[in-house]
Amino acid sequence: MKSRALLLAALLAFAGHALAATGAIEPLPFKDHAQEVRFQNLTRQLRCMVCQNEDLADSNADLARDLRLEVFQLMQQGKTDAQIKQYLVDRYSDFVLYDPPLQPGTWLLWFGPLAILLAGGLVVVVTVRRRRVVAGTNERNMANTERAGTDPADAGDDW
Amino acid sequence: MKRFVPLIVFMTLVGLFGFGIWWNTWHDARYVPSPLIDKPAPDFALPKLDAPDQTVTKASLLGKPYLLNVFGSWCVACAEEHPVLMTDGRQLGVAVVGYDYKDAPDDAKAWLHDRGNPYDLVIADQPGRTAIDFGVYGAPESFLIDAKGVIRYKHIGPLTPEVIAQELQPAIAAVKREAP
Amino acid sequence: MTPELGQLALVLAFLLAIAQGVLPLVGAWRGNRALMAVARPAAAGQAVFVAMAFGILVYAFLHFDFSVQYVADNSNLALPWYYRIAAVWGAHEGSLLLWILILNLWTVALAALSHRLPEAFAARVIGVMGLIAIGFLAFILFTSDPFVRLLPMPADGGDLNPVLQDPGMTFHPPVLYMGYVGFSVAFAFSIAALLGGEVEQAWVRWARPWTNAAWGFLTLGIVAGSWWAYAELGWGGWWFWDPVENASFMPWLVGAALIHAQAITEKRGGLRAWTLLLSIFAFSLSLLGTFLVRSGVLTSVHAFASDPRRGVFILIFLTIVVGGSLLLYALRAPKVAGGKPFNVVSRETALLIGNLLLATASAMVLLGTLFPLIGDALHLGRISVGPPYFGLLFPLLMAPVVALLPFGPFLHWGKAEGGVLKQVALRAGVAAAACAIVAAFFVQGQLRAIVGVASAVWIATGVLLYALKRWREVPSGRRYPAEMAGMLLAHLGVGVFVIGVLLSESLSVTHDVRLAPGQTESVAGYDFRFDGVHRTVGPNWHADQGVVTMLRDGATVTTMRPQKRTYSHEQIQTESAVDAGVFRDLYVALGEPMDANNIEGAWALRLYYKPFIRWIWGGGLLMMLGGFVCAGDRRFRIKRIAAEAAMPVATVSARESAA
Repeated sequence: MKSRALLLAALLAFAGHALAATGAIEPLPFKDHAQEVRFQNLTRQLRCMVCQNEDLADSNADLARDLRLEVFQLMQQGKTDAQIKQYLVDRYSDFVLYDPPLQPGTWLLWFGPLAILLAGGLVVVVTVRRRRVVAGTNERNMANTERAGTDPADAGDDW
Repeated sequence: MKRFVPLIVFMTLVGLFGFGIWWNTWHDARYVPSPLIDKPAPDFALPKLDAPDQTVTKASLLGKPYLLNVFGSWCVACAEEHPVLMTDGRQLGVAVVGYDYKDAPDDAKAWLHDRGNPYDLVIADQPGRTAIDFGVYGAPESFLIDAKGVIRYKHIGPLTPEVIAQELQPAIAAVKREAP
Repeated sequence: MTPELGQLALVLAFLLAIAQGVLPLVGAWRGNRALMAVARPAAAGQAVFVAMAFGILVYAFLHFDFSVQYVADNSNLALPWYYRIAAVWGAHEGSLLLWILILNLWTVALAALSHRLPEAFAARVIGVMGLIAIGFLAFILFTSDPFVRLLPMPADGGDLNPVLQDPGMTFHPPVLYMGYVGFSVAFAFSIAALLGGEVEQAWVRWARPWTNAAWGFLTLGIVAGSWWAYAELGWGGWWFWDPVENASFMPWLVGAALIHAQAITEKRGGLRAWTLLLSIFAFSLSLLGTFLVRSGVLTSVHAFASDPRRGVFILIFLTIVVGGSLLLYALRAPKVAGGKPFNVVSRETALLIGNLLLATASAMVLLGTLFPLIGDALHLGRISVGPPYFGLLFPLLMAPVVALLPFGPFLHWGKAEGGVLKQVALRAGVAAAACAIVAAFFVQGQLRAIVGVASAVWIATGVLLYALKRWREVPSGRRYPAEMAGMLLAHLGVGVFVIGVLLSESLSVTHDVRLAPGQTESVAGYDFRFDGVHRTVGPNWHADQGVVTMLRDGATVTTMRPQKRTYSHEQIQTESAVDAGVFRDLYVALGEPMDANNIEGAWALRLYYKPFIRWIWGGGLLMMLGGFVCAGDRRFRIKRIAAEAAMPVATVSARESAA
């Protein structure tokens, strides 16, 4: 079974989905529905080490199966999501986490978008203010640019 | 100058992609360094493959460095690695412990019988539970564990003569220098 | 119909691409009309040869010509004819040929519809399209020839990846490429404008319908891919933030920003530099997607087999095309901010904020997608970035967009009146709050679901209020110009999408069960009765097919037949069974038998109840429709005829002097 999975992985370099497309469906004896939902959410945030383009919830790899069972058992022992994640990180490194922890190395990842947003926001503010200054003081310029708008095709609705 | 910003950002990306292509030509994309390096090996108690009633524990192997080699009869790459272990593996200067991973004992015994047994001792982990503690995610994998039971080096994938000469031998030498 | 002819056709197309890419540009530069006139015939000729090569590859697949390596790798005797055609673009080489064919289609359409553009400008635009074609034809000829022979010829071939043997998947790549490649038109327009030196407002008007159409195709392609992943893979998911999905999403986001920026530039003359830059970005990100999928730089779900040589080629190509464009931009983009002035509260400002957020979202997706690579480069260790990251940041960035949407149409250009806006905010706010309160009773207090209902109603009320206002205030016939109707449809689509996402994400029930024949499991008020599994066969597969009868209050609703197919070469593929509905999907996927030797016994099954999931794609389709409707606006065409009025003089005088 496993060697076949490996062979398939090699064959399916094009679309690894196929491997998982056999479905990782296994009923586990959850305490209640809430726990099942928690399990599904948690395993979706974890990366499979074997089929690295799949999350733990969907991977059909043998190890993924073992790890799901491990996660399930840790849940039964009353471990929190954070503790379960730490358990896996201790063994497999941060690579298993689909949301890398915030640390100096990942500041760029977590704050980069914010920095881009702020920088872009600054540009927008400057642009808007500059255009307004023109509106207030430079009537000649305004009359100049107005010409383009007198085109009949532009006329009609102002929307 | 402001108008050059997109170009500069893009050229940085090109640099990154160039790096990516270069990196991927000599790195296995699946390789993930173990967080267990220089940490004590996890406690384990596993049966011997050929004598399931005898249990081998971490404590029982303390005192001398050894190489723990994870393999399985189902594993294609392990068959590739096997001849290397048969030759170079004997001259490492440390014991080589086979770790039979998620395998039917009979299959493993037949595999070793047919190809030859490169191991000083073989332990079996059929359920694969202990392997999770070792962070095993593919076979073959090899752990160098020192006399105090600390994992000093890990190789993922088949050991080759080059890997042994360039990485494993120096690591073994270092381990031996500390605890002769 | 030998494959060598296909190769020859590609070589000829390559030569014509060089002619198309070089001569018209030289002609436009030198004012040489003969050279400029090369553009259209060269483009047409190139398209003919590429179509020929494509036809020959199709023919080879239809006639089982396994002496062609690509055919032998991706099809076999048992593969039905329709999937043999789909197999043409089922792997790297053929899909690249499809890419080129679609590029040619766009170029031919552009050549045919650009007779009213100023001559030099049209020559430049078609020339730039030719330059892109040179790169791709060189790529296919030098690294990825689909016509390579395989000798001796095997008796039978391999197989088309079973994942692709699905109706939805066969047309996903062509449509997606229509979108990717379509952005090349806006790109070519802006490069032509930069080369021409004077960035006129008019070029944006010409580029707009092309951009809208390309964006519409890209939307459809993404929707098709998402739908397919949902229906086929048995995970019930519809988006995975996988690098390849992200690669198609980035140009989509930038394309959405571009559509709005073009509106400002066309109507008000402002933001010219930004529109130029976005045009370059949208196409560059399409190219980047191609690079990411085919170079093996990132670990991905649907990446093509990687080959560093190809990666190096695309990287060089990317550097020339994108680097060259950005250099051109840096040197020649308009330095003076032109256009009409506007107030702080104006449509311009709102569009700018929307642009900022869409562009930032795209940058965030790029950063998240590439961060694992950055981690390798900076020795930060192996890092994974996935759904939790994108799923947190993307909604944060999009929330302000949702908040702004209802006001969009009500905002006047230049200066908007606060009174109307307050009224819209009040009405939409009340409607959203009322619906949220009602919804709260139905969704078991799920906060995300309530937020979803509120945001969707907020957006939809804004759209409806504006439609109503037009209905009341404008005489019939002029109420909804296509451009506006498209905008309203697309905005409504966003609302539909949002409600679909948030309701299905928060209220879905997934349940893995082990059922013996005759046993029943209840999910969300529906009883799923498992009636066992039997063997069934298809044209090129055999399958275990489960029968699940679904009952509600004892009455049969439907019978579902999830399959687990085995294709040749032992490749296994699930076919989930979906009972679709407007307000809910019921979904069954077949797992493994409890005892591998007894398929008639108990099986593991996954049962889903997914409310409102269809609204996700419904919203996407509305957005697509909006793009197409907008592209069809007569105003864009009338303008061309108006531009033509100036042209005949030149043509006539030229004819006279010739006579």
